[in-house]
Amino acid sequence: MTSPILGGVDCDLHPAVPHLTSLLPYLDDYWRDQVTTRGMTDLISQSYPPNSPISARPDWRPAKGKPGSSLKDMQAQALDAFSVRFAICNPLFGVQMVFSEDMAVAFTRALNDWLVKEWLDKDDRLRGSIVIPVQSVEKSVAEIERCAKDKRFVQVLMLVMGDIPLGKRAYWPIYTAAERLGLPIGIHAGSSYHNPPTSVGWGSYHIEDYVAQAQAFQTQLTSLIIEGVFARHPKLKMVMLESGFTWLAPYLWRLHKFWRGIRMETPWVDRAPLEIVRSNIRFSLQPVDAPPEPQVLNRLFDHMQSDELLLFSTDYPHWQFDGNAALPDGISSDLIRKIMIDNPLATYGRLKQVQETTP
Amino acid sequence: MNVQFRDRPASSAEAKAQAQAKTAIADCDIHPARATATELHPFLAKRWHDHLETYGKHPYQGMMEGPPYPKAQPNASRRDAYPPEGGPQGSSLSLMQRQHLDPNNVVLGVLNPLATGQGIRNHELAAAICSAINDWQIDKWTSKDARLKGSIVVANEDGPTAAAEIRKRAGDKNFVQVLLLSRTVEPLGQRRYWPIYEAAEEAGLPVGVHAFGFGGNPITASGWPSFYIEEMVGHSQCQQAVLASLVLEGVFERYPRLKMIMIEAGFGWAPSLSWRLDRSWQRLKSEVPHVKRPPSEYIRDHIWWTTQPMEDPERRDHLFDIVEWVGWDKLLFATDYPHWDFDEPSRVLPPGVSDANREAFYLGNAKALYGLA
Repeated sequence: MTSPILGGVDCDLHPAVPHLTSLLPYLDDYWRDQVTTRGMTDLISQSYPPNSPISARPDWRPAKGKPGSSLKDMQAQALDAFSVRFAICNPLFGVQMVFSEDMAVAFTRALNDWLVKEWLDKDDRLRGSIVIPVQSVEKSVAEIERCAKDKRFVQVLMLVMGDIPLGKRAYWPIYTAAERLGLPIGIHAGSSYHNPPTSVGWGSYHIEDYVAQAQAFQTQLTSLIIEGVFARHPKLKMVMLESGFTWLAPYLWRLHKFWRGIRMETPWVDRAPLEIVRSNIRFSLQPVDAPPEPQVLNRLFDHMQSDELLLFSTDYPHWQFDGNAALPDGISSDLIRKIMIDNPLATYGRLKQVQETTP
Repeated sequence: MNVQFRDRPASSAEAKAQAQAKTAIADCDIHPARATATELHPFLAKRWHDHLETYGKHPYQGMMEGPPYPKAQPNASRRDAYPPEGGPQGSSLSLMQRQHLDPNNVVLGVLNPLATGQGIRNHELAAAICSAINDWQIDKWTSKDARLKGSIVVANEDGPTAAAEIRKRAGDKNFVQVLLLSRTVEPLGQRRYWPIYEAAEEAGLPVGVHAFGFGGNPITASGWPSFYIEEMVGHSQCQQAVLASLVLEGVFERYPRLKMIMIEAGFGWAPSLSWRLDRSWQRLKSEVPHVKRPPSEYIRDHIWWTTQPMEDPERRDHLFDIVEWVGWDKLLFATDYPHWDFDEPSRVLPPGVSDANREAFYLGNAKALYGLA
């Protein structure tokens, strides 16, 4: 087993909102009343049914409550266990599924405030992602600007399956704000379920939805590159979270081949897609969709032709690995240091800035 | 790709000798076209001539003419492939012979008609057009050139009718496979499509799934993208969803002798998808108890892959890793003639391939799969 080293950065952990009612203290009177009067149910996404095996490692599953809802458990099972210096919290509360932008604004605002008070304030290793009401670009920008004053927010969080492809120009004000404020855009597995999870409609099973996340990341990378997001925002970093990465090289071979053939359609894409990925796109380590043989994994790293793309993640409390095997077997100590420390620090500029505890 | 080919020499004795000296190949993805709008009429009831004239095909997309994403070239085809006698690229047998089959020494050419009855919302019309296309393949192509073999196209959204068309053609040596397109109304593993697999297995025919088509679903899980290149690249993500569905619905448990071919969607993604399926299945198999083996095993046993557009890594040796993982015995060479992203047979494989693997890649695998020893 390959051991993690001290002082790493865990780039993908999921603190769980115990229930929608846990956000009541962070909602204004109108929305507090709406939640209670209308009997709103909890916002749990089908992407991660709480009792599904993928949603919590068996030994990380709490006796009661949602996996990931206890700070003490997270400290013992992830922060201490992997001796990390920083851990980035990516809440997967189902606010993206909401159709009303007003409701989405109220809930994301409450969610971000909840993250500060219930998590970031309680452990100085923790950092946060700003969840945005993606239903409104204008209000997403406002929420980014509001939260970014707190330097413990280190990125903006979006889901890989939404209403329109992420490269579309309508979203660019979000990217402009993020680039200006030194925040990468994290794109996490999951869906608003406003579109079918595959290009051939709705599959029958939860496992199909989960497998389909990887295809969604591929189509989103195409959209982001081809629409010209990184030509317009050259300093913007995007991090694919829980995306898998073993698909990357063959995907880029195909994209590169078609770009060479029909680049006249999108002349603003003035660098090769694989150069754009190397400069602007990063991937969280887990899940490692590869067989356990180190020689295969090392071939895959060779195909990627860069040691700067991967960022350490446990995906806590999701079940991606057992024991302390967060790093797959057989990778070199140089690469471990890159994945655990150098690459995350190079990606998340705010981790290096002086810690501030108040907004 | 996107290369303009100069006119090749006329069929002089010299050219013929040159061609025969080339490796004999199977081309498992050739697209025949109709020269005129009425070319199907002899095979189609009069009722449908009037219907098409009045209402059009009424597919699962909005455009009356042409595809929603304009192609990079007319008909997505090589500019040098217009027949001198008129009509679109791919509509002339004599030009196909002169430009492709003869000079490239194609000894087996599999026809994959794309503009058929698939993706049409009126299922009765869909069935009529598909049946007409099947008759037309025999009449215009396979009866005129023994190297060419047809694909049974079916109205795929209507399983029982599709199965009846397959049974009607079973045993007809003009056809070597059943053809589906990847962009369907629901994922192809779903039970509405099972009658197709049952009939194909019964007839001993493999089922090819060619990238493209219309099923009403956006090609991304986040809605419709802006550009043609996004759709072109996206076909490989679509095909991954198709294959995941086939495996996870238990199609290969139910039809253990079924063989399927992934056509024009790449194969570089196959190892990563297989590993992801296996990992997810290890965790979630209680949801799909009908999936009895690791998904990668079904893929290894039941799936073949056409090569074009060939994966094109910066370092060509990386391609060999992928082929090792997919299996040298599972690749079927294809050019996609007359489409613009044609893969030139002599340039597609990097050096360093053994003679046995080279022969399997260009011809042997196709002959074995299609039972044409």
